Amino acid sequence: MTNPEAQIKDVSVDTSHGCILYIEGLTVSFDGFKALNDLNLYIDEGELRCIIGPNGAGKTTMMDVITGKTRPDKGTVFFGQNHDLSKMTEYEISHAGIGRKFQKPTVFLNHTVFENLELALKAEKNVWTSLTKSLSGEQKDLIEKDLETIGLTEQMNLRAGLLSHGQKQWLEIGMLLVQDPKLLLIDEPVAGMTHQETERTAELLASLAGKHSVVVVEHEMDFIRSIANRVTVLHEGSVLAEGKMEDVQEDPKVMEVYLGS
Amino acid sequence: MIKTISELHSFKGWLFNFLLLGLAVVLLPLLNIWLPEDSAWHVPNYMFPLIGKYLCYALVALAVDLIWGYTGILSLGHGVFFSIGGYAMGMYLMRSIGKEGVYKSDLPDFMVFLDWKELPWYWYGFDNFIFTLLVILVIPGLLAFIFGYFAFRSRIKGVYFAIITQAMTFALMLLFFRNNTGFGGNNGLTDFKRILGYSLQEPSTKMGIYIITALILFLSYVLSRYIVKSKLGRVLIAIRDAESRVMFSGYNTLHYKLAIWTLSAFLCGIAGALYVPQVGIINPSEMQPSNSIEMAIWVAVGGRGTLGGALVGAGLVNGAKSWFTVAAPDYWLYFLGGLFIVVTLFFPKGFVGIFSRSSSKNNKEVILND
Repeated sequence: MTNPEAQIKDVSVDTSHGCILYIEGLTVSFDGFKALNDLNLYIDEGELRCIIGPNGAGKTTMMDVITGKTRPDKGTVFFGQNHDLSKMTEYEISHAGIGRKFQKPTVFLNHTVFENLELALKAEKNVWTSLTKSLSGEQKDLIEKDLETIGLTEQMNLRAGLLSHGQKQWLEIGMLLVQDPKLLLIDEPVAGMTHQETERTAELLASLAGKHSVVVVEHEMDFIRSIANRVTVLHEGSVLAEGKMEDVQEDPKVMEVYLGS
Repeated sequence: MIKTISELHSFKGWLFNFLLLGLAVVLLPLLNIWLPEDSAWHVPNYMFPLIGKYLCYALVALAVDLIWGYTGILSLGHGVFFSIGGYAMGMYLMRSIGKEGVYKSDLPDFMVFLDWKELPWYWYGFDNFIFTLLVILVIPGLLAFIFGYFAFRSRIKGVYFAIITQAMTFALMLLFFRNNTGFGGNNGLTDFKRILGYSLQEPSTKMGIYIITALILFLSYVLSRYIVKSKLGRVLIAIRDAESRVMFSGYNTLHYKLAIWTLSAFLCGIAGALYVPQVGIINPSEMQPSNSIEMAIWVAVGGRGTLGGALVGAGLVNGAKSWFTVAAPDYWLYFLGGLFIVVTLFFPKGFVGIFSRSSSKNNKEVILND
């Protein structure tokens, strides 16, 4: 059940073909309803990809499959060419280098902002090290740098439960960053944010691409226009269209099911 | 390591702890030995097993707080681990009676009464204290580990887990009620004479057991404090508040839950073993579902997730129980139920929370994640 190798810090991900995530023929059904239907999707290394689609298109289910929360009925999900995600547990997937931000901001409300980042920080994460080791100076520096990136340095000793909605979203993104994942899955990062906060989030995410591969699920069109090169439109569990935002918007199929309505 | 231990409490905190410990293991015994019996400050002999019993309950509350208060896993079956520790000690004490029982036999009285000729195999070894000690330290934790492994691996949590632990304690109670199980049926094990050669009737033996109990409780408290102040403690609270986030952050939560659950049962088993020589009996009623529920109430009343609160809660509720069962025995359960409801509704942080509320206005605890 437990694979001790999965605890080791750096897990190599084979991206020699330029792709970091391969989803092929993926089908997931719940009580006969096909949430994902023969979905094919490839994410390039260092790419920032936006995924849009009407409610029920299968966006969150896809995230669940990639992170090990839901098992596929059919099809394959590979991280690089060497990790079969459909056979790994949540924490093994996290160790391999996939970080996820939930639709609802999910941070540890009773911990301070700093402690939230400490818990997320890339490190040995077994019971014994947690009991005996405390943060090294180097690790503290990493956390402080991250606090600056997400603009929460002043709030570092505040309980996360007291942050505003937007700050919680950033904290969660910050937690992903200290995990140092190769692939970030970000579910609706700007939901409930003010216009200003949305702009800052867009800047933050855009700055991540290149070093990391980022997949963003979002409804907010202006936000997507401001960050994405490539957009994938999901509909009824499979890909309806893919390409540049301008092209996708013109696509009559897309206009019919989503944008036009 | 030394440095981090000194960091567990502020200087004042440690001072308070050691004062309390000194009061319990030095001052009280001295007040008993030095002062004449008619002095107002004299501590009578019967107080030691009584306080000792409360200290055992406090140790149980500490164990329940680790798993429920910090990790958010409500167990309503800790009476099982308590009883197993207690029965192991009881078996040793039974074997120590020797031929001084009512029937002057080498076998425990209840076996003679059932007309058994030989000691059942699972009683072997219990005439040896070291063996008994090993059983006390290993079996409750081992049982918890196996039970917890299957429950947590199947991701059973919340109310379902609580119900299963209730079923476990109920099933074991029924098993122990049977005479054929070989643990004295509904009478349990009692009429103990001596421990390690010392007579259990002697005030000095009682005081000795009491002092050992107090020291073990103190050490268990320091250990628990060390755990909750480490990153391990922060991971446990994180599991309580948002387990999926913890998993997606790369922690194998199964290992964490299993570790703290096993430790909790381990402490509970020790508490049971210390309890039996002080009250002089162990029987299946310790495994009644209501007993385990009461353990959770101690923690709720004192304040979850504070350790200190658990200790206070165990004292408060059992103090009230001792008073009630003499003054108004019929109303005790109503009182207990009412207390639980009032605390849950109006003081979710328990007795300790009433006092610490004002000091940390700015950093109010948020119990639930949205």
